[in-house]
Amino acid sequence: MRRLVPHPLLTVGLVAMWLMLTRFSLGNLLLGTVIALIAGWAMGALEPARVRIRRWDLVLRLALIVPWDILKSNAAVAWSILTNGQGGKRQSGFVCIPLTLRNSAGLGMLSIIITATPGTAWLEHDQHSGLLLLHVFDLRDGSDWPAFIRDRYEAPLLEIFR
Amino acid sequence: MTHLQAIPLWLAVPIALLLIFGSVLTLLGTIGLIRLHSFYDRLHTPTLGTSWGVASIALSSMLLFSWLGGRIVVHEAVIAIFVMITTPVTLMMLGRAALHRDRAEKSPLLPDIARRTLGSEDHPQVSADVSPAGRAPNPDLRG
Repeated sequence: MRRLVPHPLLTVGLVAMWLMLTRFSLGNLLLGTVIALIAGWAMGALEPARVRIRRWDLVLRLALIVPWDILKSNAAVAWSILTNGQGGKRQSGFVCIPLTLRNSAGLGMLSIIITATPGTAWLEHDQHSGLLLLHVFDLRDGSDWPAFIRDRYEAPLLEIFR
Repeated sequence: MTHLQAIPLWLAVPIALLLIFGSVLTLLGTIGLIRLHSFYDRLHTPTLGTSWGVASIALSSMLLFSWLGGRIVVHEAVIAIFVMITTPVTLMMLGRAALHRDRAEKSPLLPDIARRTLGSEDHPQVSADVSPAGRAPNPDLRG
């Protein structure tokens, strides 16, 4: 069974997505299943490290706070563009953050969160030292960026992918 | 356009608002891309379009076609999710290319924490540094 379906969750998810994107019929079910099986084998051939999610409650919490944070950041950056950097007072800059997160799936999630937030851009990450270099659109509000990223995103990700 | 008349007002208003909201965000992102001066600043503005820009346009499209089709349409959610999870790839590539070039040229625009290679022995362990884009660094932000 493992040989036939190396990634059961992925395969079932793909079949479900295929049926949602098309109208449900026996033909689509068969076609979707075949495609999902092939995709599962392809994934198995790549041999990615298994991802185990330990805390679904934190996944849910992140799924709620991240869109809200992104919306706030959208508003801030849009306002800054409209007002020409609030009359040229905006100060962008680089922030260096030491991360303890080493799990690649967790780092991938963190990079999506940071990149999707308009106010922050992920520039570089050093795997060896765990240092992350960010560019922040507006540093003026004086918030402690390393503490913000660590407490709000890194801490739950550490728990989720422990 | 007659099928649009089948949309009741209570649904037409959120659809229109979401569509306008998403388009305005995307437009502002592109304006920022043209008007900002530093490359690193310009990295930020297109993400307006790839985050809530695409999300709210997709939401309005989902609402409209779910009502018209009489079933829940999720195609747009797939588009939005793929836009969101693929953006970091291009953005990081652009950012790192710029960083690489500025380091090679020893650009004066880069502050100390960005100029040194991450994790190297001479990397200053300060937590934050304001880029000298024509302004004095803010001492309050130094950890």
